[in-house]
Amino acid sequence: MSPLTTQPATTGTPALPAPLPPAGAPKRRQTRSGWSSKLAVNIMLGLFCLYTLLPLTWLIVASTKNTSDLYGTSGFSFAEFNLIENLIQLFTWENGTFLRWMANTAAYAGLGACASVAVSFLAGHAFDKFDFPGKERWFGFVLVGVLVPAAVTTMPLYLLASNLGLVNNFWGVFLPQIASPFGVYLARMFSASYVPKEIIEAARLDGAGEFRAFLTIAAPLMKPGIVTLFLMTFSAIWNNFFLPLVMLSDTNLFPAALGIYSWHGRTLADPEYAQLVVTGALVTIIPVIILFISLQRFWKAGIGSGALK
Amino acid sequence: MTGATTTARSTVIRRSRRRSGKHAFLFLAPFFVLFLAFTIAPIVYSGFLSLFTQKSSGLGLGGTARVFSGLANYARALQDQAFLAGFVNIAVYCLFYIPVMIGLSLVVALLLDSAAARAKSFFRLAFYMPNIVPGLIAAVIWVYLYTPGVSPLVDVFESTGAGWDMGSHLAALLSLSNITIWLHTGYNVILFYAALQAVPQEVLEAATVDGAGPIRTAFAIKARMIMGAVSVATLFTVVGAMQLFAEPLLLKSRATSIDSTWTPNMFIYQTAFDKHDFGYAAATALIFAVFIGALSWGVTKFGSKVES
Repeated sequence: MSPLTTQPATTGTPALPAPLPPAGAPKRRQTRSGWSSKLAVNIMLGLFCLYTLLPLTWLIVASTKNTSDLYGTSGFSFAEFNLIENLIQLFTWENGTFLRWMANTAAYAGLGACASVAVSFLAGHAFDKFDFPGKERWFGFVLVGVLVPAAVTTMPLYLLASNLGLVNNFWGVFLPQIASPFGVYLARMFSASYVPKEIIEAARLDGAGEFRAFLTIAAPLMKPGIVTLFLMTFSAIWNNFFLPLVMLSDTNLFPAALGIYSWHGRTLADPEYAQLVVTGALVTIIPVIILFISLQRFWKAGIGSGALK
Repeated sequence: MTGATTTARSTVIRRSRRRSGKHAFLFLAPFFVLFLAFTIAPIVYSGFLSLFTQKSSGLGLGGTARVFSGLANYARALQDQAFLAGFVNIAVYCLFYIPVMIGLSLVVALLLDSAAARAKSFFRLAFYMPNIVPGLIAAVIWVYLYTPGVSPLVDVFESTGAGWDMGSHLAALLSLSNITIWLHTGYNVILFYAALQAVPQEVLEAATVDGAGPIRTAFAIKARMIMGAVSVATLFTVVGAMQLFAEPLLLKSRATSIDSTWTPNMFIYQTAFDKHDFGYAAATALIFAVFIGALSWGVTKFGSKVES
């Protein structure tokens, strides 16, 4: 387990005084509660699993239907199989604008998260491994930044950007999401727990430059932390609907979620858009599901550290 | 170690200290430049903007003029029923959403942690899935699942004899909460499950020896031992809930009791984009930012107190 997952606040809690034992052998108790309680536990887990997977199952079923079946047949039973036609329609609609939205999403969330992780770990490394005047004061400034969620600076950002004529621009959505105070805080913690100071000192003695020491020695040691922060940042940008909604009006710059929202707005007037919305929603989330499944050991280990800011 | 190498070593270290300042600057510059440009500067600019109101000139032909108005926008915001109603709506929503979501997360995490649970790895993955779906897309999916005729869920609901009326306040609250519960419960299950792994084995063994059954162990011991993690998660959920935007925005076409200023973020959005009242939008955004900042500061203080 990574050093960061061991924190959850158990340490300070005093052990409860043990309740007085009603003389009975624990062994027997376990066998008595045996298979029926095992079944009950797994049935309850299964029911919750059904709840989490039901809407996604509906989405898969719905994306195989044509528009009239979408509205005319029950949500969880298959009708005429139209998935291929739906996909063709999705990717060719308005000259393939959906493919463009997917590429935009990959750029905003994928490249954005890479850039953000690089910026955060550079700063985190500096805060942990360098001595410089006013260090803790600067770090305090970062911590204040953690308190202000990006959502509340979105409108101010728009007001400034519109004054500078930077609205409706790729960089207007890409750049504001890169500096993450929480990322810097976490990177400093990762640096402190994964990279011993002596290793960096030794590298300095060997004459390695600071940047080289960071890149070839510190960074590989922090790999689990880097992947964890990448996933968190990716998720944050991927989930951020407010910023692109405010900043963009040119559909060529939309991320997929905003594009689907714009299509959804037209379904009332033209029901044909409903099928695009459904298939588009499915196609948008599949790559991200694959990403998270393939990197699951990182978020499973890192999630404890992520929430306890 | 000879004296010569020690001095050599300390010289190198001293020199590296001196160089450190320069390197620290280079390492920190990308973050601080971006942070100043995209977080601090917008806030400062909004502070400036919030001191002005737009006055349409005379006949309304010559566009608008910006007039300095001091703190008038702030005074107006603090008396604006529509703006304040957003805070009340969120408070009511939290009263329902948070106990249900956190309670469900805790129960599922305890079930998952029990010795009887099978396929833990699969369940954890399945529970995490909704967290990957953006709130907006989750809302799109659920809006379909709330549509009579499309959704078997509505049919099941109506077969109980109750009417399906999305227009009521209660329906709005429930349908919105269901979306956010669906989105966030799994994440908290994983979080609480991770906390449960840190409960010392001896404590659990002692409880078993003392004759506590699995259900009693779960609620009287395990749940109490992760109360710190549960409280922190609860408080962060409040901060997150305050910023609700995409889900109610999408739901309002169906749940008609949700209007376009239903949450503070929706209010600010509407003020800027529908009314083009930028000074007022800036003032309300800053009030909201200070409110959220104070709330998360309190949360962090409380969180570190719980942790230590």
